[in-house]
Amino acid sequence: MESDIADLGGQYSIDARGLDHRALALRMRDALRAGASQLSVYNVCGQRYIGTGLREAARVDLYGTPGNDLASFMRGPTIYVHGNAQDGCGNTLDGGTLVVYGHAGDILGYAMRGGKIFVRDSVGYRAGIHMKEYKDVKPAIVIGGDVQPFLGEYMAGGTVIVLRLNAHRHATRQPQSFVGTGMHGGAIYLRGEIAPSQLGREVAAVPLDDIEADGVADLVREFCGYFGYNAAEVLAAPFIKIYPKYLRPYGRLYAY
Amino acid sequence: MRSEIRDLSNPYHDDKVSAACAIFGMIDRSGQCVSGDSVITAITNMHERGNGLGGGFAIYGLYPGYEACYAFHILYMNPDSREAMEEHLRRRFRLVMGEEIPTRPTRGVVNPPLLWRYFLTVNTKLSPGYGEDDYVVDQVMEINRERTGAFVISSGKNMGVFKGVGFPEQIAEFFRLDDYAGYLWTAHARFPTNTTGWWGGAHPFDILDCTVVHNGEISSYGINRRYLEMYGYECTMETDTEVLAYAIDLLVRRHGLPIEIAATVLAPPLWSEIEQEDAEAARLHTLLRQVYPSLLMNGPFAIIVGRTGEMMGLTDRIRLRPMIAAAKGPVLYLSSEEAAIHLVCPDIQNTWTPLGGEPVIGRVMPGATFTSAGEVEHVSADAEVATR
Repeated sequence: MESDIADLGGQYSIDARGLDHRALALRMRDALRAGASQLSVYNVCGQRYIGTGLREAARVDLYGTPGNDLASFMRGPTIYVHGNAQDGCGNTLDGGTLVVYGHAGDILGYAMRGGKIFVRDSVGYRAGIHMKEYKDVKPAIVIGGDVQPFLGEYMAGGTVIVLRLNAHRHATRQPQSFVGTGMHGGAIYLRGEIAPSQLGREVAAVPLDDIEADGVADLVREFCGYFGYNAAEVLAAPFIKIYPKYLRPYGRLYAY
Repeated sequence: MRSEIRDLSNPYHDDKVSAACAIFGMIDRSGQCVSGDSVITAITNMHERGNGLGGGFAIYGLYPGYEACYAFHILYMNPDSREAMEEHLRRRFRLVMGEEIPTRPTRGVVNPPLLWRYFLTVNTKLSPGYGEDDYVVDQVMEINRERTGAFVISSGKNMGVFKGVGFPEQIAEFFRLDDYAGYLWTAHARFPTNTTGWWGGAHPFDILDCTVVHNGEISSYGINRRYLEMYGYECTMETDTEVLAYAIDLLVRRHGLPIEIAATVLAPPLWSEIEQEDAEAARLHTLLRQVYPSLLMNGPFAIIVGRTGEMMGLTDRIRLRPMIAAAKGPVLYLSSEEAAIHLVCPDIQNTWTPLGGEPVIGRVMPGATFTSAGEVEHVSADAEVATR
């Protein structure tokens, strides 16, 4: 056992200060293989690929600012980020859960194919880009704040929910947000209104009649559980559903 | 040399090196000069974004005692050209002082060129409408065009650029940056994509006191370059970012536009956005796009611009490169990655991601007070009124 990994009866901790991404990944893998049920990593500071490929069903708490591609290709753990996350969180996430007690950067959930991501505050550009689903395996993202443009770009499946609860800077109230540009699968649920000019060409928006449908309310309740919101209050506001108008929006683009 | 660079840039011998360029900037809006420790620490934390083929810094407030002089940093790729160059400088300027830039041997910095700095004043009688700055720009262009092996990499007053081939932490060590202080620091780690990694091609790029560090690529380089040539700017550094420094010099210094407007020229609203703006904004943006179509910067970019008393961050209109801003008290930070900011300012609360094309500007405001979240609280009557 490495001297900087502390084992307290299934609870492990690692001090990430000064470790590069590979050294940190090896220590995390060793701890999980040794049977950690809960792993705390302190002084995280920009290390990339944290949690990449992990399959163990453990709880991982990260303190600090994890680097790009957090939880990429991950299938097992639930990761709690006690701080802000950077770009590419949940890149090709396969299973497990990511909970961010702060904001996240660009391309959140890039090409995500399973699992769930919950972000308390706002996120950057292109959240949910290229998300996909297969039969009953459906990834989900719930964002508590607002989103910057190109939400759900080229989205092919899964669910994205944007609650706009605590956003200081309302990106979806900019002149254009290009929500759902190139989207051809899955659905985006937005709490509140959206102007038609903010939508990409490939999507349409309708009021959501039944909040319990499609598992939206369950995901919102789970979100509220993590971050201490009153789910009934959050769900009382009207939601809209944004869905793709075409299965193959660019099917004829290069065909003559 | 090759294997040493490889060991540093790819220590695990991965099949693929995921680099990207890193930029970082810090301005103390009270004007206080500080050491570059935090900037060097921050850019070093983004080590993986560079690959050892370029690192550099711009520092403002650098040469107290020589504030009135143009500080030329000259890179001699051919050391034999120094005497002829100094003779040339004496013919064109009054040479107040010249010295070799102090350096120390640094592992990873191999075959550095000869580096000198000169403090110059203009002693030529200039015609009306052609100021000292115009004269200096023309002199820099002439020296860099002649390709004698000497390149002016920095030509402003009370500021300077230090750059070369290496990781930024190595370049900082090499140039003994621990000996300097400044109120504004920018830093760059380079991952050269389309052009060679050489000393002049490292960032920041400079003309007069305007510097640019850049992550991304300027796809419109050819159009921008040809347009700038009409105004006497010649691109000699063999890489795209150079056009940004000249474009900002043209727009702000020569055409007298506020830097916010210059940012709109570089990254204007899309036509479809202009259609939805109110009449006044639509007219301004249409006008700027019509007057300066050749200074629109196409392609993905995140840049930090330094000028005397002012720092600006800007990304392309659809933010294809990252930038995060943060403020605490008088200090404003800009960074490719948020972790680097928290590393050097652990208790910082106010961090945000600007929208694409939205400039983030910090200005030195003597006498102003700031909240802990970095908002301007009080501006004294004689201070320049500025907003973030």
